[in-house]
Amino acid sequence: MSAVTTADAPIVPQLRQNLTTARLPKWAPAGVAVLSVALGCAIGAGAGLASHIQWGLIAGLLFLAISYGLSAWVEGRRQAKDRFATSLVWVAFVIAVVPLISLTVYTVQQGAGVVDGNFLSHSMRNVIQSGPGGGIYHALIGTLEQVGLATAMAAPVGLMTAVYLVEYGRGRLAKVVTFFVDVMTGIPSIVAGLFVLSVWNILLGFAFSGFSGSLALAILMMPVVVRSTEEMLKLVPNELREASYALGVPKWKTILRIVLPTAIGGITTGVMLAVARIAGETAPVLMLVFGADAINTDPFNGPQQSLPLFIWQQYASVNNSFGYARAWGAALVLIAFVMGLNLIARGIARWRSPKAGH
Amino acid sequence: MAKRIDVSGLSAYYGSTKAIEDISMTVEPRSVTAFIGPSGCGKSTFLRTLNRMHEVIPGARVEGKVMLDDENLYGSAVDPVAVRRTVGMVFQRPNPFPTMSIFDNVAAGLRLAGVKKKSVLEGVVEKSLKGANLWNEVKDRLNKPGAGLSGGQQQRLCIARAIAVEPQVLLMDEPCSALDPISTLAIEDLIGELKSQFTIVIVTHNMQQAARVSDRTAFFNLAGVGQPGKLVELDDTQRIFSNPSVQATEDYISGRFG
Repeated sequence: MSAVTTADAPIVPQLRQNLTTARLPKWAPAGVAVLSVALGCAIGAGAGLASHIQWGLIAGLLFLAISYGLSAWVEGRRQAKDRFATSLVWVAFVIAVVPLISLTVYTVQQGAGVVDGNFLSHSMRNVIQSGPGGGIYHALIGTLEQVGLATAMAAPVGLMTAVYLVEYGRGRLAKVVTFFVDVMTGIPSIVAGLFVLSVWNILLGFAFSGFSGSLALAILMMPVVVRSTEEMLKLVPNELREASYALGVPKWKTILRIVLPTAIGGITTGVMLAVARIAGETAPVLMLVFGADAINTDPFNGPQQSLPLFIWQQYASVNNSFGYARAWGAALVLIAFVMGLNLIARGIARWRSPKAGH
Repeated sequence: MAKRIDVSGLSAYYGSTKAIEDISMTVEPRSVTAFIGPSGCGKSTFLRTLNRMHEVIPGARVEGKVMLDDENLYGSAVDPVAVRRTVGMVFQRPNPFPTMSIFDNVAAGLRLAGVKKKSVLEGVVEKSLKGANLWNEVKDRLNKPGAGLSGGQQQRLCIARAIAVEPQVLLMDEPCSALDPISTLAIEDLIGELKSQFTIVIVTHNMQQAARVSDRTAFFNLAGVGQPGKLVELDDTQRIFSNPSVQATEDYISGRFG
């Protein structure tokens, strides 16, 4: 405070503020939420709106408005803006999570009754499509083999590309590679399927098989692996590389023994997430694997089945309650498979991450 | 074990920027030579040219000669990896390998060079940890992560890791700047013990430290911002701190600088 300012009359009145202001109680956000949901339901029911989504949106908007208004009235403008932003994040979170939960719950409801030992261990061979029975064993095998082959192709190539980009890439080639990885990330899956169809099946004359499907899946997977691995390698501190060089360790060995082990948790997570992504791809599989009702354990010969394709066929071609039931069952298995992969990835990331234990 | 370093006409560049210019000096074996000088004067850059770590940075290059006894480190047939096995380095911030245990950290240099025999590794790890004054503190938890140690212990772990590969020369780039006074004292005592076996070069911002640990001191300075750093003078530490021959050195040491 300069000498001119007296305690009674500060030059800028806003600068002289009480340190304590009125605050809303801790339970206020929860209370406002309950109130707005109640109001939203009341308005929705009162106005005769059939869609519950509309009820929810009304409640969300009310929540934002009431939070802001109440806070502005009690606490002042700045706190009100803060509450508004916080409420916006919460509403967005609920909007994102509600569909996810409802989808999972609905799939479990529909699929849980269908999935049993018989469903998991039998194919659709000699099963009347429009009747009950049958299972997804052939599709499960197909998916595992196709995804496995795709991973076996895409993961090493993607990993090595990322190592090149982070550890060696300088100048033009690195820029070109980065550019094409970006382009590949944006390839629609049906285009990847068409590409393999035209080159592998038409130009080179190979028949439909699980393998041609996995070629397309590998194309889709590669950029995802490159990107995630690149980010993980960049996170490894340069000091570790220098410490290793200073011990007289050559660069390749430093990468292999110091850099990759330090980043392995994140890299594994990235690969697993990429696997989860391609496990649900339908378009290229539809085009290249063709679908089959019998078990075909050889991915290199003859058409195979896969889970997403099976779901689509049961829904579109069978088109009755038995087909729908099987489709829901397969969907549940697919979701469980992807979720399992995610959990494994998280587990590995936690287990392998560098620790500072005592 | 220890070797003499003879530098003549050495300049180092980052891309087109000249960081240090025309440095010539001799570093005596089995002694501690300290580099002092203001930030940005090229002490660390110069230190890194002594084991060819400078060129690890993209675009960095070196001109001039560094003779280790009678071999030029920048000769065309010289393998930088072999140079770094001969001239070890300890960094400013402790940087143990986070995925490795204490034992594995110390054994890393030998393991990565292909030594597999467990008895050999055990012997070297014990000897190096004892050499770094860390053995008594960690001997019961050798298989715990190296990152779990305190900062000062981590830095001594890094010193143990560096001396485990039995280098001729040990370069230290401000090894105590991230440490508290007690850990600093431990490292300084250690430097005093290590100089009976190694040629030690230490960069430091702490002039008391230079006065305490070193036999000879080199003062670096730069003419102005954007100018390359130069060696002003190198002399016995006693003389540098009591009666330096260049005015700039005296100004810097007595704190009359800028």
